[in-house]
Amino acid sequence: MELDAKIPDGPIAEKWTRHQFEMKLVNPCNKRKYKVIVVGTGLAGGAAAATMGELGYDVHCFTYHDSPRRAHSISAQGGINAAKNYQGDGDSIFRLFYDTVKGGDFRSREANVYRLAELSVNIIDQAVAQGVPFAREYGGLLDNRSFGGAQVSRTFYARGQTGQQLLLGCYQALERQIHLGTVQMYNRHEMLDVILIDGRARGIVTRHLLTGEIEAHMADAVVLGTGGYSNVFFLSTNAKACNVTSIWRAAKKGAGFANPCFTQIHPTCIPQSGEYQSKLTLMSESLRNDGRIWVPTKPGDERPANDIPESDRDYYLERLYPSFGNLSPRDISSRRAKEMVDAGQGVGPLKNGVYLDFRDAIQRLGKDKVSERYGNLFQMYEKITGEDPYSVPMRIFPAPHYTMGGLWVDYNLMTNIPGLFAIGEANFSDHGANRLGASALMQGLADGYFIMPLTLGNYLVDAPSGGVDPDHPAARDAIRECVAIQERLLSTGGKRSVDSFHMELGRIVWDHCGMARNESGLKEALKRIPELREEFWRDVKVPGSGADLNQSLEKAGRVADFMEFAEIMCWDALTRDESCGAHYREEHVTEEGEAKRDDENFLHGAVWEFKGVGEEPVRHEEPLTFEHVPLSQRSYK
Amino acid sequence: MKLKLHIWRQTSPRSKGDFQAYDLDGVSPHMSFLDMLDLLNEQILEEGGEPVAFEHDCREGICGSCGMVINGIAHGPEKLITACQLHMRTFKDGDEIWIEPWRAAAFPVIKDLVVERASFDRIIQAGGYISVRSGSAQDANAIPIPKADADRAFDAAACIGCGACVAACPNASAMLFTAAKAAHLSYLPQGQTERLQRAADMVTAHDEEGFGNCTNHGACQEVCPKGISVDYIGRLNRDVLKATLSGVEVTTR
Repeated sequence: MELDAKIPDGPIAEKWTRHQFEMKLVNPCNKRKYKVIVVGTGLAGGAAAATMGELGYDVHCFTYHDSPRRAHSISAQGGINAAKNYQGDGDSIFRLFYDTVKGGDFRSREANVYRLAELSVNIIDQAVAQGVPFAREYGGLLDNRSFGGAQVSRTFYARGQTGQQLLLGCYQALERQIHLGTVQMYNRHEMLDVILIDGRARGIVTRHLLTGEIEAHMADAVVLGTGGYSNVFFLSTNAKACNVTSIWRAAKKGAGFANPCFTQIHPTCIPQSGEYQSKLTLMSESLRNDGRIWVPTKPGDERPANDIPESDRDYYLERLYPSFGNLSPRDISSRRAKEMVDAGQGVGPLKNGVYLDFRDAIQRLGKDKVSERYGNLFQMYEKITGEDPYSVPMRIFPAPHYTMGGLWVDYNLMTNIPGLFAIGEANFSDHGANRLGASALMQGLADGYFIMPLTLGNYLVDAPSGGVDPDHPAARDAIRECVAIQERLLSTGGKRSVDSFHMELGRIVWDHCGMARNESGLKEALKRIPELREEFWRDVKVPGSGADLNQSLEKAGRVADFMEFAEIMCWDALTRDESCGAHYREEHVTEEGEAKRDDENFLHGAVWEFKGVGEEPVRHEEPLTFEHVPLSQRSYK
Repeated sequence: MKLKLHIWRQTSPRSKGDFQAYDLDGVSPHMSFLDMLDLLNEQILEEGGEPVAFEHDCREGICGSCGMVINGIAHGPEKLITACQLHMRTFKDGDEIWIEPWRAAAFPVIKDLVVERASFDRIIQAGGYISVRSGSAQDANAIPIPKADADRAFDAAACIGCGACVAACPNASAMLFTAAKAAHLSYLPQGQTERLQRAADMVTAHDEEGFGNCTNHGACQEVCPKGISVDYIGRLNRDVLKATLSGVEVTTR
């Protein structure tokens, strides 16, 4: 597997500008002759499709939703970072770059991250021009807040619905292009495979979710903006339909899958209330600004929270991290909460949470002020749990949220398969081993609006174009394979539901490749996943037919891919014999209990080459160098 | 809890549907309404039937996918939430619950509780945007916007496109949806240039899709999970009138 990152020469601050000049251009009159497929309509895919439509390419855009507006980017709450320095508090492109590299625990590419920080400012301009209603001050200028432990206020936000408003901006830009005829939209089409001809991506196979028709769509390039894979854990903050299928099928066709074990667990979610529960709900991290996190000192303390005196409470984050306290980074806060629950100090009916207590904030600020800041979140919490957080502490627990790993891409966001691009959460490019709060929206939009639409031209100029139709043997073979998988799922005649398998897989991955990992647990998972997969194919029960809307069949296909993908995730976690960022190996811990990196042996991205189901995948490395951000140990004491 | 469910089952767009009754035991008051439907589907699967099709995705009230009429009310008896945010503690042991899809000519039923809402996308295509190209924007702070205007724009922009307004309206009108988008953009300075054209084009598209006209019932506002105000409809109607008086011609599609 050839892994050339193609990082341009020159000083870091000039690389992108220089690269834009050096890339070859497609003549404006010729752009319409190139057909490009975009899969996914979230911030990355939607922005890319709209922008390429504006540029004049013949864009064909696919989503499995009933409308492009439903993509999961819509759920992002907190905000989007940008190095605008509107607050005059010393922010700069370099500082955002520095924070992102350091926050990612030195496992991302400096050149990519610098470009991201550089483009962050254009995103805000773009979004405001589209009419995205960001929060404003009384003077009419944009408001900012500090987020996720940043020392400057660089986060732009739209109440608790920043993702929704940015996605609607992007969706509207896309609908405008659909109206103008530059983008053809395919709703309710799920991508099942990528079609390669002479080693290049030349099309995709899709299933129409209403008619069941499986067909090929050919193009000159294929762009995947299909999001992350947190649903491998079954319970996560991801929307129910989020899945790994498109990027996993690409990996099975030869695309390198980078750092799959880098998965982020979000510290403030509502704990599970029972086995029946289908997904977890995130509560914005901003709650940690005023809430105090604690557990009873004595394990198994059955008293109601308000009856537990101060002397029997452990405000463990304040105790362990006096300077950052309740605002410690996501990975640290999450791990400490898990330790408390594991030690029997968990709270709530299932003993599976920790308290987030606003008693002191209400005393200090008054109920009205607290309500003004967090009213909508308190209401949401009350709707879900039936408890009033003004009078009893909230209960929270960490949940899988975001995946830093994804398809390996070069500086042009192209995978190692020529013509196959991956953008947004679907690629691995910018967040290293840990993503900072309010950076996901930034990356999705930078990739979609400003990077991929430009690097595409550079690829197309020298690539073969046109001349392949859906009858091409490669397309027919790919269709045949997809049909065979579907028929196998429908004819298994087993007894167990898809969800029961998904739940069991999630449990294995959560227990052994979740917040804390160790060698024996990962080996156990690598033994159990193939067994479960074998049982799945023997005993799964999928009712109905493939010829109409069949949600059980859709789920079954996605879970089948998770069953294969989970293994590569565990291989990655096992072979990355160090701790870094969100990847926490219990064998590698500093004296203070923090992640201990091994830069001598693991200063690289791990890129996996698929070798067949059940076969051990091959690990490749892309070495990383750090010239601008000196390697250092994170400390939040 | 034990419940008696009456659910609309329809195999395809052209087939005739009807209510089917199901007994469901073991429902916890902590379950969300959709968790309860998941439980029912597991039971149906166990008995060899085909699960009830319903749309859902984020399950936290923001994607707008889920939508069903529960005991006669779009998104169910609680205010300001979507069906996925409704919890079973709202109901009690022994309750009968009637569940059916949105009903409107412009939202044809696909299967069971799933309807086609692509008509909403086409209303947006007609003009629900500000025409700006990627990469050509001026600095974001070059256009100060009074906070009150920005907040009003936001209130309108909070629409999630679920379609409850249409389901609740006796005329199956989508004017609340259309007006919310028009208002979001018309409160902002960036949205002024295309304001009247947008109003004329979007309302024309709305009518062409087969949605009914607004006759001021206000049912839409009552069921809207985001509390969007009917006042926006008046605002849009004024813009449509202005467009007509100023001789704005509807863009041919």
